[in-house]
Amino acid sequence: MSTVSTERIAKIFVEVAGTLVDEFDLIEFLQMLVNRAAGLVDGATVGLLLADAQGRLRFVAASDEATRLVEMLQTQGTDGPCLDAYRTGEPVVNADLSTAAQHWPRFAPVAAAVGFRSIHAFPLRLRKQVIGAMGIFGREAGDLDEADAQVVQALADVAAIGLLQERAISRSEALTEQLQGALNSRIIIEQAKGVIAQAHNLTVDVAFDVMRSYARRSNRRLSDIARVVVTDLNSLPGFASGKP
Amino acid sequence: MARAAGRSRLGAVVSQVGSGPAGGLIDILERVCVDAAATLDACGVGVSVMTAGGVHGLAAASDPATARIEELQFTFGEGPCIDAFAASRPVLMSELDGAASARWPMYTPAVADAGVRAVFAFPLQIGAARLGVLDVFRDRPGPLTRTELGRAFAFAEQAVTVLLDGQERASAEPSGSDGLDDAFDHGAVVFQAQGMVMVQLGVPVAEALVRLRAYAYSEGRALSEVAADIVARRIHLDRDET
Repeated sequence: MSTVSTERIAKIFVEVAGTLVDEFDLIEFLQMLVNRAAGLVDGATVGLLLADAQGRLRFVAASDEATRLVEMLQTQGTDGPCLDAYRTGEPVVNADLSTAAQHWPRFAPVAAAVGFRSIHAFPLRLRKQVIGAMGIFGREAGDLDEADAQVVQALADVAAIGLLQERAISRSEALTEQLQGALNSRIIIEQAKGVIAQAHNLTVDVAFDVMRSYARRSNRRLSDIARVVVTDLNSLPGFASGKP
Repeated sequence: MARAAGRSRLGAVVSQVGSGPAGGLIDILERVCVDAAATLDACGVGVSVMTAGGVHGLAAASDPATARIEELQFTFGEGPCIDAFAASRPVLMSELDGAASARWPMYTPAVADAGVRAVFAFPLQIGAARLGVLDVFRDRPGPLTRTELGRAFAFAEQAVTVLLDGQERASAEPSGSDGLDDAFDHGAVVFQAQGMVMVQLGVPVAEALVRLRAYAYSEGRALSEVAADIVARRIHLDRDET
């Protein structure tokens, strides 16, 4: 990313604020956020991981749901820049790819195979707690400067605040309830990809696009549609005609 | 229709309330409850198995008094367990205060009479496959620590594994958490395969999980490998298999 346009940033924060006052769905919110972050850093893929109650980092949202990217994000349960950002609470900016294989034996080869040449990760911080991390992966080599990194960290902080928004949460227990709910919603989305892929003979990647465009057309939440796909597919008329 | 409900352990567990083949399973679940109560410093832990419609099929508890407490929410049709199941997320009530009374007007005084001061309900689920709830009761108010919370979720995962694998495998491998066959393998490909198997077999998602795991066991392969083969369409489960 060269210098980020002020106009773009302003637009994103206005949109984020708008989401927070509307009827709120955490998965939808995080999806919007990773898409906007991807738009901010040209050509980048952005992924978001949240820690479950047992401290394991789990994939929740990505600007590109291609299976191999999801897999790359998942390897960071074991090692990778997102895990580092989560553990230290500090951003990993302009990761040195020449030494990545030593630092991240599982993550580095997968990231290299996808063709990423610039890698950054930002912690999702909430009060004194780190609840997850956002990874930014670019196919072009290019560094984030100090100001860019601050903007992206601000977005990550907004994502964390968004987690608390659903019901003016004051109890830390409510955060756990919501987080676990979102992680389970993510599992339902993956199960729904499988249902659609099998029912309509599609790849799971295309199945996701079909489901997302159906959700948009019918103005319903992705996580709601996914649940119905898995529990009662026949109640979604015209689903088969959905083309990405 | 090739629903094969009779072949599903889970279906058997939910329908045959506490009798016959489910009996051994209750023993195993009771052990999970006893362990959880001791580890979490709780006055009792209970597990209720439920069907998607919210029907209460089978219960296990750490002790008889807790079994009666566990039953209360079904008597009144309200409570943290019922809410946790419906919303697919935990309900953590570290204090049975006015907010709790407003939310569950009949349940709250009834459990308070039984000496309960805090209730923590953890759904037994993997995505849209909902199996029931594990409830942790304490006789004093106050939240679970982060460590306790992590352990409570681990016990809930253990209960799910027991329900999915049935008594034979659950008793053979009590912890069920070695990497080779973890019910909570968080790889997207495993969840995608669950959805595909569901359609291949024409069964509800919970049963698809059972069948997929049974297939991996019978082939002696890791769940994630079998799942990758299913998603890549190298394996197709037939309605007559397993």
